[in-house]
Amino acid sequence: MRSLRWKIAGHVLALVATVLLGGLLSATLVRLAPGFDTDERELDPHLSAESVQALRDARHQDHNVFRFYFSYMKRAMTGDLGTSLALGQPVRTLLRDRAPLTLRLLAIGLALAWLLTLTLALSAAWLRLSVFDTLTTAASGTFLCIPAAVLALLSVFWNAPGALAIALIVFPHTYRYARNLLVKAYSRPHIITARAKGLGEARILFWHVVPVVTPQLLAVAGVSVSMAVGAAIPVEALCGLAGIGQLAWQAALARDLPLLVNITVLVTLVTLLANSSADVIGHVVRSQEV
Amino acid sequence: MSLWQKLACVILALVLCGSVAANWLAPAGYAKQYREATDAPPSRAHWLGTDEMGRDRFARVLYGTRISLLLAPAAALLSTLMAALIGGLAGYLGGIWARMAMAVTDLFLSLPWLFLLITARALMPLNVSPLISVMVTFMLLGLLGWTTAARVLCTTAASLRGSDFVRQAQAAGLPAQRLFWVHVVPNLKPVLYAQFWISIPVFILSEANLGILGLGVAEPMPSWGSLLKELEGLVSIGEEPWKFVPLILLVVVVTSFQVLLSKQEEMAA
Repeated sequence: MRSLRWKIAGHVLALVATVLLGGLLSATLVRLAPGFDTDERELDPHLSAESVQALRDARHQDHNVFRFYFSYMKRAMTGDLGTSLALGQPVRTLLRDRAPLTLRLLAIGLALAWLLTLTLALSAAWLRLSVFDTLTTAASGTFLCIPAAVLALLSVFWNAPGALAIALIVFPHTYRYARNLLVKAYSRPHIITARAKGLGEARILFWHVVPVVTPQLLAVAGVSVSMAVGAAIPVEALCGLAGIGQLAWQAALARDLPLLVNITVLVTLVTLLANSSADVIGHVVRSQEV
Repeated sequence: MSLWQKLACVILALVLCGSVAANWLAPAGYAKQYREATDAPPSRAHWLGTDEMGRDRFARVLYGTRISLLLAPAAALLSTLMAALIGGLAGYLGGIWARMAMAVTDLFLSLPWLFLLITARALMPLNVSPLISVMVTFMLLGLLGWTTAARVLCTTAASLRGSDFVRQAQAAGLPAQRLFWVHVVPNLKPVLYAQFWISIPVFILSEANLGILGLGVAEPMPSWGSLLKELEGLVSIGEEPWKFVPLILLVVVVTSFQVLLSKQEEMAA
């Protein structure tokens, strides 16, 4: 119990530090990007010199990355995430409006990917048919070789939901690991002996295989969240889905510093939370086995 | 080498030869417009038809393949060198250096690869000459893609630091620099080779993703990414199957790399 507490505390500390650094990295990238200081509104002939100067002054505090980041952090503590420069709306409102769609997309996409992964990987390990194994490996290998953006385009073409595209982007990665883990687990001597003695497949699976592979599968599950978040950008951008992935895409193209920093912090937080949760649950499973 | 690996080698060699011979196979070049035949189906004059600007698709596929196939290894080389420098040195030095290098690596790895790549590329200049866009795209791939390799190299170098032959060399008074370059680096070579080859298909796919999103190589220069962007305006697969040739070629090449790399991946793991 004590070691679990230490593990969680370590993860929380690493998570906070990495999230803060991730935000700073993103702010630095935007600040150094060519064309950072340009504003199309300055070209408006209706604006007076004073108005143009006021626009420049409003952006002035963003010039120093550290000052911008410090004031951003201070405001973020009070729940103010700033205003998007490109969309002219509070970042908090933008994220709140778009988060449900992205969360739904990620949840369904990941569920589909894992359903496909576990079904095929378990079948490959159970059946031990070289034809089936070759076919599933070839199928996952093919999806692995297709760019994520092409799968997004094909989903638009076939009117398939974006979640299916995310599932097909994540599936080949998870399948490779899951299949190898399960095949390895099923080839262990005690499982071969159990099979030879006539133990039921369900009992072998739940008593001897699942406890062995769960911690590693959880680690892969944590990584798969990161993959799905990355895949959400091309999928949402190309499928015209107004989620956070599309927002990230728009923010990057418009060099929208406040929006991009917030999205980077959010993405880093989600991926690290997923990885840390997987690690902590894996730790609990392992300690229960002992 | 298995039969599949031999076949993959032959396919890669053929595709590479075809792309290198693009000047002879398609002498008109990738930018020439045939205005009288825009968006034309395959014919004797244009084996894969023409795009909506009347450019010969076969020529564009050949030249695009050349750009993607020659520059992805260049980006892989850059990322491997960076990984060797950061990961290898940090692992060899150990202590605070290793912890700092791994903290930076963790920071980069905490951001999904596609998110990091798309964001960073979108922040780079987009209105540039085609040649500069090629350089920016592949340089960015090389500069951002070193993290996983650095982690592997850091671990390998750290294990080498504790090995008997390094301890003996240290005890014999060999200078640290000489020890690193003469004894540690040669032992990192197998991992470096493996990381280099693993990076190539990853970068090919990443460039394709950027190209489809309009962040890759600028027009009129072709690359697999910009060629695949054509799929965006697809009406029907059955009516224009030739538009899928770049995708099929990309899948075949990346699959060939994957088949060839099955051994390298085991080595790198």
